[in-house]
Amino acid sequence: MIRALILSAALIATPALAVQPDEVLADPALEARARALSKDLRCLVCRNENIDDSNADLARDLRLLLRERLVAGDSDTAAIEYIVARYGEYVLLNPTSQGSNLLLWIAGPAMLLVGGGIAFAYVRRRDRAEPAATELSDEEEKRLAEILQE
Amino acid sequence: MIVELGHFALILALFVALIQTVMPLVGAQKRWSGWMAAGEAAASVQFMLLTFSFGALTYAFVTSDFSVSLVVSNSHTLKPMLYKVSGVWGNHEGSLLLWSLILALFGASVAWFGSNLPPTLRARVLAVQGSIGVAFLAFMLLTSNPFLRLEVPPFNGQDLNPLLQDPGLAFHPPFLYLGYVGMSVAFSFAVAALIEGRVDAAWGRWVRPWTLAAWIFLTIGIALGSWWAYYELGWGGFWFWDPVENASFMPWLIGAALLHSAIVVEKREALKAWTILLAILAFGFSLIGTFIVRSGVITSVHAFANDPERGVFILLILAFFMGGALMLFTVRASAMEAKGLFAPVSRESALVANNLLLAVSCMVVFVGTIWPLVAELVWDRKLSVGEPFFNAAFTPFMVVLALLLPLGAIMPWKRAVISRSLRPLMPAMVLAVSLGLLAYALQTGRSALGPVGLGLGAWVVFGALTDLWQRSGRGSINNRVGRIMRLPRADWGKAVAHGGFGVTVFAVAAMMAWQVEDIRTMNVGENFDLKGYTITLASVEDETGPNYYTTMAAFDITRDGKYIATVHPEKRVYPVAAMPTTEAGIDYGFTRDLYVVIGDAQDNGSWAVRSYYKPFANWIWGGSILMSLGGFISLADRRYRVAAGNRAAKIKAVPAE
Repeated sequence: MIRALILSAALIATPALAVQPDEVLADPALEARARALSKDLRCLVCRNENIDDSNADLARDLRLLLRERLVAGDSDTAAIEYIVARYGEYVLLNPTSQGSNLLLWIAGPAMLLVGGGIAFAYVRRRDRAEPAATELSDEEEKRLAEILQE
Repeated sequence: MIVELGHFALILALFVALIQTVMPLVGAQKRWSGWMAAGEAAASVQFMLLTFSFGALTYAFVTSDFSVSLVVSNSHTLKPMLYKVSGVWGNHEGSLLLWSLILALFGASVAWFGSNLPPTLRARVLAVQGSIGVAFLAFMLLTSNPFLRLEVPPFNGQDLNPLLQDPGLAFHPPFLYLGYVGMSVAFSFAVAALIEGRVDAAWGRWVRPWTLAAWIFLTIGIALGSWWAYYELGWGGFWFWDPVENASFMPWLIGAALLHSAIVVEKREALKAWTILLAILAFGFSLIGTFIVRSGVITSVHAFANDPERGVFILLILAFFMGGALMLFTVRASAMEAKGLFAPVSRESALVANNLLLAVSCMVVFVGTIWPLVAELVWDRKLSVGEPFFNAAFTPFMVVLALLLPLGAIMPWKRAVISRSLRPLMPAMVLAVSLGLLAYALQTGRSALGPVGLGLGAWVVFGALTDLWQRSGRGSINNRVGRIMRLPRADWGKAVAHGGFGVTVFAVAAMMAWQVEDIRTMNVGENFDLKGYTITLASVEDETGPNYYTTMAAFDITRDGKYIATVHPEKRVYPVAAMPTTEAGIDYGFTRDLYVVIGDAQDNGSWAVRSYYKPFANWIWGGSILMSLGGFISLADRRYRVAAGNRAAKIKAVPAE
């Protein structure tokens, strides 16, 4: 039993760190760009992790590919486009605002505008409305007073 | 035998829940007091049956009864006792049983402590609560029975997911469920009020403590989960905008809005229909969260059981309760005529703004969470929505909320004048702006994130203090301090919770703006500098835990030659579950955490090491603790005590001697 445990332990790969020391570029400015871009790229085999945080091998491949492109002189957009062309839009954690995604981006401001309009109309109405007559029966008033006491 | 009894109790609980749904509902309609009272007995009995059932499952886990299928797939004899117990809810079936138990607990609490409620309202609340119980108990018995036996029991189990074998995560789910399920009481009150056709100040007072309790538990649950992610996942993040995190965050946001709008119902008899809608939505988002976690339609770090059949069942539960409640709402909402009048500039309007910001920010999170699903179904686009989107789309709402909060909190009811309310806040504003400018001048980078976060956080915290000070009236300092100490607990709760929000806003911004990271390889005996601290790799050793193997490093931390601490980051391997985990080595401090993670051995014998200087990390959770503490203080206010009115009546009945 114990021997089986030790054997199986030896077979399991230990976790690697996200960004490995040997990946880091010598040029700090270039490395900083790579780190920033990595945060917006998804590790495709993980669940909702970016490649900068992920321990997966595929994430490491993507990190190396990204750095390769940056060293080759690509701009940030060109490097990202290069990766999207190979891995699809799914790789972007920061969705584009093109096509139907426009809806996603304007949803918040649009809801704020509509909600704000409704809220404003409501507040105006509360300002002008006539005070409503009290609809509680005597018994209910008594009970309410009891509860509200203290 | 005990397992079968637990199973039997579960089936009985389903029938009792059915009785709890039908009898009080009919009784309230026909004014039969006997039938109405049956709901209370049923709620207590249902709770006792589920307690027994849960106890039976716990017994199976503690005694490692490997003839039960669930125990086999989630336990192991070598596992420490704490995780044998927490393994009960560390899986889909068991957590569903915990969910149902908590649901029954809340139902029974309404029966036990709701004696001051009008009998028909209490009966209807219990009936709605019972119907939710019916749905979840049927769901459990039909698709996710925790008590299934195996014909041939194995010698040992497959162990609990190692990530879940952690004290932080052992208690994260129960708190989260107390929050999720607690929202069901607000829902039941809302639906009962719709059936009754009336909402008044007393209703606002009754529903608020339940919502407050649920919100407090949700706050604690979310904070525990975030703290766990911080020290366990190994890269020091605390929030990832993962669908499952969002699932708990959405009811929290709506719950916060509901807490505030219920105040307006109680004090000013306005915003009634809106408050009812929020109460329905808060529980709706809890159900959506359940759906997201358990159906597997949206990929996430911690999805549970990915069974489409279960997903469909939850979707049906969601459709039934939300559809039914919203339909009832459209029919009856117009009857909720508001009474209180107020000017466009007033506390009421400020609370409307609070509700608008919280509700819309929740909808932004919701849209972002389901967008990948929608895009794939409608436009056949496979895409991701991650952290960068939420940071950009959600944060502005919190910034505006923090800007408005101190002013809104200090404005009087009915009618306010902005300049008059702003005047006492001037010191707080000047202090906040100067702190922000100071931070901007001192920091090295040009990022505005840190200074803005500090300014906003300080504005909210000092604003909360100003609010307390203002409430003390005039007179000598001594008198005013005395009066502050005697202020109602609700006022203290408000100040503490608002202060906690400010602390969290500041800490999140500070950590994101001023964190320092270092990645390197190093040999034992070497050291490096991190933000003025010298970190030395003292040793790396292999050791054995109760059910895992570990590579444990020791890092000595010194500053200017003075010893500060030794941290022990680990790499663990759990052989049974065949899973590695990392344990970060953290030196916790008041103004900073030093966070060290050990990585792989390199070919030349050195070790990969990743370390962080994390400013004000603890303040994130400190702020959350303050928020929930504020909730507790407010809950302890005599006016909100559930049986407050009742007790006063009893005291009066004592004859004078």
